[in-house]
Amino acid sequence: MTGPSIAERVREVPPSGIRRFFELAEEMDDVISLGVGEPDFTAPWRAREKAIESLELGQTSYTANRGMKALREAIASHVEKWDLTYDPDDEILVTAGASEALDLTFRALVDPGDVVAVVQPSYVSYIPDVMFAGGTALPVPTRAEDDFVLTPEALADAGADRADMLVLCYPNNPTGATMTRDELARVAEFACEHDLTVISDEIYADLTYTRSHTSIASFDGMRDRTIVYNGFSKAYAMTGLRLGYALGPSNVIGAMNRIHQYTMLSAPTTPQYAAIEALESCDESVEEMRTQYDRRRKFVLSRFEDMGIDCFEATGAFYVFPECPWEDASAFAEALLEAEKVAMVPGSAFGECGAGHLRVSYATGLSDLRTAMDRLERFLD
Amino acid sequence: MDARAELIDLLRENARYSVEDLARLSGLEESAVEETIAALERDGVLCGYQAVVDWRRVESESVRAFVELNVALDRETSYEDIARRLAKFDEIQSLRLVSGDYDFALDVEADSMGAVSRFVSERVAPVPEVTQTVTHYIMESYKERGIEFDDGYDDDRLSVTP
Repeated sequence: MTGPSIAERVREVPPSGIRRFFELAEEMDDVISLGVGEPDFTAPWRAREKAIESLELGQTSYTANRGMKALREAIASHVEKWDLTYDPDDEILVTAGASEALDLTFRALVDPGDVVAVVQPSYVSYIPDVMFAGGTALPVPTRAEDDFVLTPEALADAGADRADMLVLCYPNNPTGATMTRDELARVAEFACEHDLTVISDEIYADLTYTRSHTSIASFDGMRDRTIVYNGFSKAYAMTGLRLGYALGPSNVIGAMNRIHQYTMLSAPTTPQYAAIEALESCDESVEEMRTQYDRRRKFVLSRFEDMGIDCFEATGAFYVFPECPWEDASAFAEALLEAEKVAMVPGSAFGECGAGHLRVSYATGLSDLRTAMDRLERFLD
Repeated sequence: MDARAELIDLLRENARYSVEDLARLSGLEESAVEETIAALERDGVLCGYQAVVDWRRVESESVRAFVELNVALDRETSYEDIARRLAKFDEIQSLRLVSGDYDFALDVEADSMGAVSRFVSERVAPVPEVTQTVTHYIMESYKERGIEFDDGYDDDRLSVTP
């Protein structure tokens, strides 16, 4: 008996490139991890209180498949600040994390053989999700020289003009790059010209530091060809509550909901109550967290500069993406971990063009950040 | 946020940040940090730097009490006059004029309950304008100046995540 055979499309997806590194970090005690893509803050108390209250009131049943109407309305109001207008009735879908929304989109839109261009360095789930849906991923590298900003030239060089879809994520995980309105306008023009559906992961939209966020869906001609993702994990520090949402044309959201209603039925109920409260009354908490991240960002960039490590000025999310002092960033990350117990993720985990870089998360308290930087400095000496 | 507001905010968060830290966290030059702090001190904006202590963790016999004070004013005496007089006592850690059922709120600290009682009865109550005192001994402190005591936080996030 050899046991059940695993589906080919699942076998095709390689294991995470940082698995070995992850296992190494898990085995060690007292590691200061700058490898965590998760806020070190907890969700705003008011939101947590609302979650507790909802349980006390026994609000534990399914919600509408698309998510609670009140939450969809609150989301519609929230995204207006980015010039996005969506109808809560049929253009918003509440999901179990933005990850579910992303998976649903590919399953709803990708036919076998469809080509999905993925801007890299990228969050590690995009390409596997494309593969699970039967599509073919086409990496579109961005370069440190361009501050990891996507350009029409990079898209053309990668052959994205022949793709069916384009996945981008700004503010970006892992680089911390953001895009200006003008830079995005050029990408929007390319998408319209080549009839690309754009999948825009904007989960870090509330975490920008030098300018406010622009959504690619806000450009002329883009709304009907873009699906926007966001959620409560990053800005509201609600990672464990698993709540996200997708915004898009009603036919796409409807198709996603068709899959969602047979798999998830509805996003978990308690976090939806917390999320309504978060959107309606926790702006100050978000601003406080953003202020803290910004300070840490400046701190880390300044320490890298003093150590002579090149790092472009990351302006969003909670990552910086410095050049690695060694040619082999994986070897460097392992050596640093073993010698000084500081974990940084090798950039190659996020695509080939990330090689030679390190992803450093500053979603960690200042005292640990300072110690980690001191240890890095000692390691380099 | 301008430089003054940013530095006030940072120092309220942690008054022990070094000039170097403050410069890195704010993006200001170290010289600008030093100059701004000097100006804030000179202008009386920054009046002092103190630690927030969880006394339960320290072997200490000191006793703290919160005292409500009612006063009767006359044409010759203002709240300010009374406050100026009371503020001189070392036992009074903070002194505030408040709205509501009483006039002043005092934080009093002394070596023992007896010492607090004596101080209130022998020093505060006899002040001619004082008409009533109500003393509340502090039995336990859970939060002070925005800092929650015993707020143990174990970081159980995955060491490395995508």
